[in-house]
Amino acid sequence: MIQLEPTVVILLVGSTVAASCALVGTFLVLRKMALLGDAISHAVLPGIVIAFLISGDRSTLPMVLGAAALGVLTVFLVEMGTRTKRLREDASIGVVFPALFAIGVILIAKYAGQIDLDLDCVLYGEIAYTPWDVLFFDGQNLGPKALWINVTILFLDLVFVLLVYKELKITTFDPELSAALGISPVLVHYALMSMLSVTVVGAFESVGAILVVAMLVVPPATAYLLTDQLSRMLLLSVVFGVGSALGGYYFARWLDASIAGAMATVAGLLFATVFLASPRHGLVAKLLRHRRLSLGMSEQLLLLHLDRETESSTLDTVRRRFSWRESYLGRIVRRLQGRGWIAVSDDGGVRLTADGSAAIERTGQDSLRHVVS
Amino acid sequence: MLELDFTTRNVLLGASLLGVVGGVMGCYAFLRRQSLLGDALAHAALPGVCLGFLLTSSKEPLPLFVGALAAGLAGALAILAIVRWSRLKEDTAIGMVLSVFFGVGIVLLTHIQKLPLGNQSGLDKFLFGQAATLMPRDLEVMSLLAAFVLGTVALFYKELKILCFDRDYGASLGFPMRWLEILLTLLLVTVVVVGLQTVGVILIVATLVMPAAAARQWTSRLGPMLFLAAVFGAASGAGGALLSARIAQLPTGPVIVLLASAVLVVSLLVAPGRGIVWSWLQHRSLVRRILRENLLRDLWKVGEASRDWSVRVPWAELQGMRGLSAREARRVGAWLYRDALVEPREEGLRLTSGGELAARALVRKHRLWELYLTRQLELAADHVHRDADAMEHTLSEEAVEILDEKLGRPRFDPHGQPIPRPETPLDELAGSTA
Repeated sequence: MIQLEPTVVILLVGSTVAASCALVGTFLVLRKMALLGDAISHAVLPGIVIAFLISGDRSTLPMVLGAAALGVLTVFLVEMGTRTKRLREDASIGVVFPALFAIGVILIAKYAGQIDLDLDCVLYGEIAYTPWDVLFFDGQNLGPKALWINVTILFLDLVFVLLVYKELKITTFDPELSAALGISPVLVHYALMSMLSVTVVGAFESVGAILVVAMLVVPPATAYLLTDQLSRMLLLSVVFGVGSALGGYYFARWLDASIAGAMATVAGLLFATVFLASPRHGLVAKLLRHRRLSLGMSEQLLLLHLDRETESSTLDTVRRRFSWRESYLGRIVRRLQGRGWIAVSDDGGVRLTADGSAAIERTGQDSLRHVVS
Repeated sequence: MLELDFTTRNVLLGASLLGVVGGVMGCYAFLRRQSLLGDALAHAALPGVCLGFLLTSSKEPLPLFVGALAAGLAGALAILAIVRWSRLKEDTAIGMVLSVFFGVGIVLLTHIQKLPLGNQSGLDKFLFGQAATLMPRDLEVMSLLAAFVLGTVALFYKELKILCFDRDYGASLGFPMRWLEILLTLLLVTVVVVGLQTVGVILIVATLVMPAAAARQWTSRLGPMLFLAAVFGAASGAGGALLSARIAQLPTGPVIVLLASAVLVVSLLVAPGRGIVWSWLQHRSLVRRILRENLLRDLWKVGEASRDWSVRVPWAELQGMRGLSAREARRVGAWLYRDALVEPREEGLRLTSGGELAARALVRKHRLWELYLTRQLELAADHVHRDADAMEHTLSEEAVEILDEKLGRPRFDPHGQPIPRPETPLDELAGSTA
């Protein structure tokens, strides 16, 4: 077995966790179920603790099974809560996961002596220790356990997404069509929830309960602002997730702070950047687009207005007619003057040039005429 | 009253206080379908607590509370901005703010813990709460904040009510709805801050949602709902404080949460009018009434066919009419017998005079409705039976009277069968039967 550097192990574990979460999280974000992911990530705690208590050690299989069972139970309880028609979904989620999480915390406190699991690691995870928790088989050191677990989970997630890609896509974007095609949305839903639970358990140990949510939700949300294509969104989510994991590690090293927390922070920073700067869905692009549209619209309004009020228009009457600010009017006038469509005389009179009239005819924007009149 | 030691008394006070304000503010969050906003705000408060500590290097409650308040508000604004300015939905925005702010908080927390400052231990009590560390000074700040929350709610009671139930109407009346929303968020953050030390950031959402959801089951009015939620919250808070003081290794916060969920489950089950058991009983009594009325009407129709309503109808025939099993038929028969509407006679049933009148009223409803459907809605006569079958169980006496009058006190239904009146003697009825 090759001996991996501890740093490499941490980076690999972080990246695989991030990639698995990004794959599953993409569908959570698209299905507006991000908060169910939050709920599950908390609710698996009692499942893990009970598995601990029953199996008596940290064997992986009982833990995964316990957590997966609790995850599906959470989904089921939340749905039961809403189906009584006495709780809406938000309240139902807000009731189910704190109750389950509270049970987990009480169990940990109660059996603190027997459980090698403390609350800190529930929250922060213990990714920093993963290189030293190694798997032995037949007396041979097979390498870090967390790496094995998370690579397996990533593999499962990949197989799941590739295998049921079409079904996931249809049930996500058009549940009615999928039902008509004979694909059961409920079945796909529960399959996805099971995968989510399994993914959460793997991530739980490494990054902790709450930061799983960051890995599940933030990279897909970031990707969603950059593309409209599911396949690309999946790919970008993985890229952002792995990026956050790697960046987070070095950020944490620099600050001497929790690696998992730093991963979430970096994911948040990446999101903030894309939120501001995404070419199509970013805030800056949106504001620019809005401004360009409003400028173009104002130009046409002014042209049509001048077309109508040929003689009497001055900068002042125009400004008052449309309640524009002086600077805004100035911008529009300069743009139109530059194209030679209007002329401004020294006393502030504005009139349409022959080119301007031609431009109105050419663009055929008569539809705006009623706005002016 | 049992003697309480210093710590228990503090915890009891703190938990009850949190229960009251959490219950009250939870109602607003619950009604506005923002139950999980409280969760996000609580998580978002963590970096504020840490920054408050970093800036002042002290664990004085006030700077920590101010930090939590500021960070909570920043989180709320971030959610608003993401929903407003991107195509992401609210659930994603809440999930992101919750986890990223919390992540930043954890980074700061772990960073602080490694700083060479003397008194940094104990900041992590804000994660799960550590009610035992409540000091009289903390309680003072908490009481002030609670008084602020309750006072503001009392002051803006009407405005906040409109915000919950009809935002657009409030806006049309000229109330500054956006400011009220911000005020509500501010109050919610304040509650989070009150609860930090007692239940911690992760479980605060429960002290908001659970009492409110439970109170909602008992009443449909805002005032009583606020009061009940406060009572439920205080009771689970006090109960949790006492239980965790009595039993070793039982953390206060989670116990409070579990007690509150117990209150909620009980409320969901038995609250009068809305409870699950309650509506199940109502449903059952409706089903039973329909079974009884069907059997009565069947008996009457056999009488009509033989022009003798005191005729004995064998069980086999009664079962056959609606495909009932022998057991079902006998069970329904027993209910009717208990009310003296039928009497058992030689392996069958016969209507008593009271039963005949009751059954006649049902037949009357059925046939009047059939006539109404064919005449007024111009439905074909062979399409109206099923609808009338359902209506005969629900039409009130007043509705029957109005129908009768509207239809000109008719004597026959669309199939030519007589519509019996309650006052007609039986032999005349027998004579008019076709």
